[in-house]
Amino acid sequence: MSRDVRPVGAVPACVLALLGLSLAAQIVLQITRDAGTEAAAQLPPAPGPDALRLASFGEPEAAARLAMVHLQAYRDPGYPRLVDWLESILALDPRSQYPLFSAARVYAETADAARSRTMLDFVHRHFLGDPQHRWPWLAHAALLAKHRLKDLPLARRYAQALERHATGADVPPWARQMEIFILEDMNELEAARIMIAGLLESGTLTDPAEMRFLKQKLEELEARRAAPRR
Amino acid sequence: MPAALPPSLVLARSVLLEARRGGLPWLLVASVVLAVSLAAFVSQVALTESLALQAAVVAALLRACAVFIVAAQITSSTLRELQDKGLELMLSLPLSRTTQYLGRLAGFIACGALIALVFALPLLLWAAPAVVALWGASLACETALVAAAALFFAMTLGQFVPAIASTAGLYLLARSIGAIQAIAGGPLAEPSLASRAAQHAVDAVALLLPPLENLTRTAWLLYEAPGAGAYALAIGGALLYTVVLAAAGLFDFHRRNL
Repeated sequence: MSRDVRPVGAVPACVLALLGLSLAAQIVLQITRDAGTEAAAQLPPAPGPDALRLASFGEPEAAARLAMVHLQAYRDPGYPRLVDWLESILALDPRSQYPLFSAARVYAETADAARSRTMLDFVHRHFLGDPQHRWPWLAHAALLAKHRLKDLPLARRYAQALERHATGADVPPWARQMEIFILEDMNELEAARIMIAGLLESGTLTDPAEMRFLKQKLEELEARRAAPRR
Repeated sequence: MPAALPPSLVLARSVLLEARRGGLPWLLVASVVLAVSLAAFVSQVALTESLALQAAVVAALLRACAVFIVAAQITSSTLRELQDKGLELMLSLPLSRTTQYLGRLAGFIACGALIALVFALPLLLWAAPAVVALWGASLACETALVAAAALFFAMTLGQFVPAIASTAGLYLLARSIGAIQAIAGGPLAEPSLASRAAQHAVDAVALLLPPLENLTRTAWLLYEAPGAGAYALAIGGALLYTVVLAAAGLFDFHRRNL
C-alpha cells in the first residue's frame, strides 16, 4: 500500500493555497450551519409501513430502532404525525418494544392531557397485539391514567385489560393484579418505585439505557414531590 | 506446496493473495471499527433497547460492507486482468475455460467466507456463539452469491461502472423485492388492469431474483435463532442462485472469442 511520492515542495503554491482556502471555507460553512434547528423543527408526515420496509433494504430491526432515535430529535412533534410514525415503526419490527416504551414513558408523560390520552390509547391498542410482551407499557399507562390524568375509570380499564390478556408465565403476579394496585391509596412515587422494582425482579428490565432513564424519572418524581414542602 | 495443487486451487490461491496484498485486511479492520464506533455513538442517545440497537446497527453495517467489499474487489480484479490481457495469457495455458472460471470463483468465494468470518466475530459481544455462527455462515453464502454475480457482470460487461452498478442493482432489488410486492399488492392498489399488470410484472421479476430477504437476518441475533427448515431453505436458495450465476457466467465465457 506504499506509493512513491514527490516532496510537498513539488506541488505548485497556487494548488496548496487552493486546498488550504477551500478546506478553511468548508469548515467555516459547517460552523455557521445550525445542524439541530432543521431536524427539530417539524416532524414530516410518516411513511407507510411498506415504504419504511422498502427503505430499510431488508434490515427492519436496525431501521426501526434508528427511526426511533431519529424521532427523539424532534422536541415538539405534532402528536397525530407522531402516532403515525410510531405505528409505522412498530409495523416494521413488531417485536421491538421501543415505540411502546417511548409512547408510554416519554410522549404520554406530558402536561397536555389530550396528547397524553392519544399516547395511552396507542399503547392500549397495541398492547392487544402482543399482551405477553407489551404488558409493562400498559401497566405504566394505567399509573399515568390514575395519577396524571386523574381518570380512575380509564386506569381500571387498562388494569382489567392486563388481568384479562397478560396471562403468560413471564408476566409477574403484580401486573396481573394491577386493578388492586390502582385502587390502593398510594402516591405516584410509591407506585412507580414498586413497579420498577417489580420489573427488575422479574427480569423484564435489563437494558442499561432504560435503567438509567427510569432512575432519572424516579429522581424527577422525588424532586417534584419534595418541591411543595420546601 | 503451491505447485502440487490442482490448477483450480492455484487460481483460487492467487485470488486470495491478490486480495491480501491489495490491503483488504486493513479495509476489514476499518469496517469493523467504523461499525462498532457508529453503534456505540447511536446507542448513547437510545432510551431503551440500547444493546439491541448496537447489535442491529453493527450487523446491518457489516453485512452491507461485506457485500460492497466483495463486489468491488471482484469487479476491479477481474477487469484489471481483462484489460492487462492477463486472461488471454491464462487461456493460452493448458487449462479448460471451466477450470479457469470456477477456480477464480472459488477464490472469490473463499475471500467472501473469510470476510464473513471476520465480520461475525464482533457480534459475539451481543449474541450467543451458536447464533453468530449461523449468521456468519449465512453471510458467507450471501457473499458467495454476490461473488458469482460480480464475476458474471464483470466478465460479461467488461466495464467497471456498468458491472458494479448491475451487481448492486441485483442485490438491492433482491433485498427489497418483498416490500415492492407488498406495495404492489396492497389494499390501496387500484383494481385496474394496469395495476394488475404491474403486480404480475413485479411477481415475474421476483421469480428471477435470489431470496435474500430470509438470509443473514438481524432478527436472529436480537430475538431467536432461525428454525432449521427455514435456515436450510434460505441457505439452499442462495447456493442455488450462486450455481445459476456461475452457470450463466460459464455459458458466456465459453462463447466468448478471446
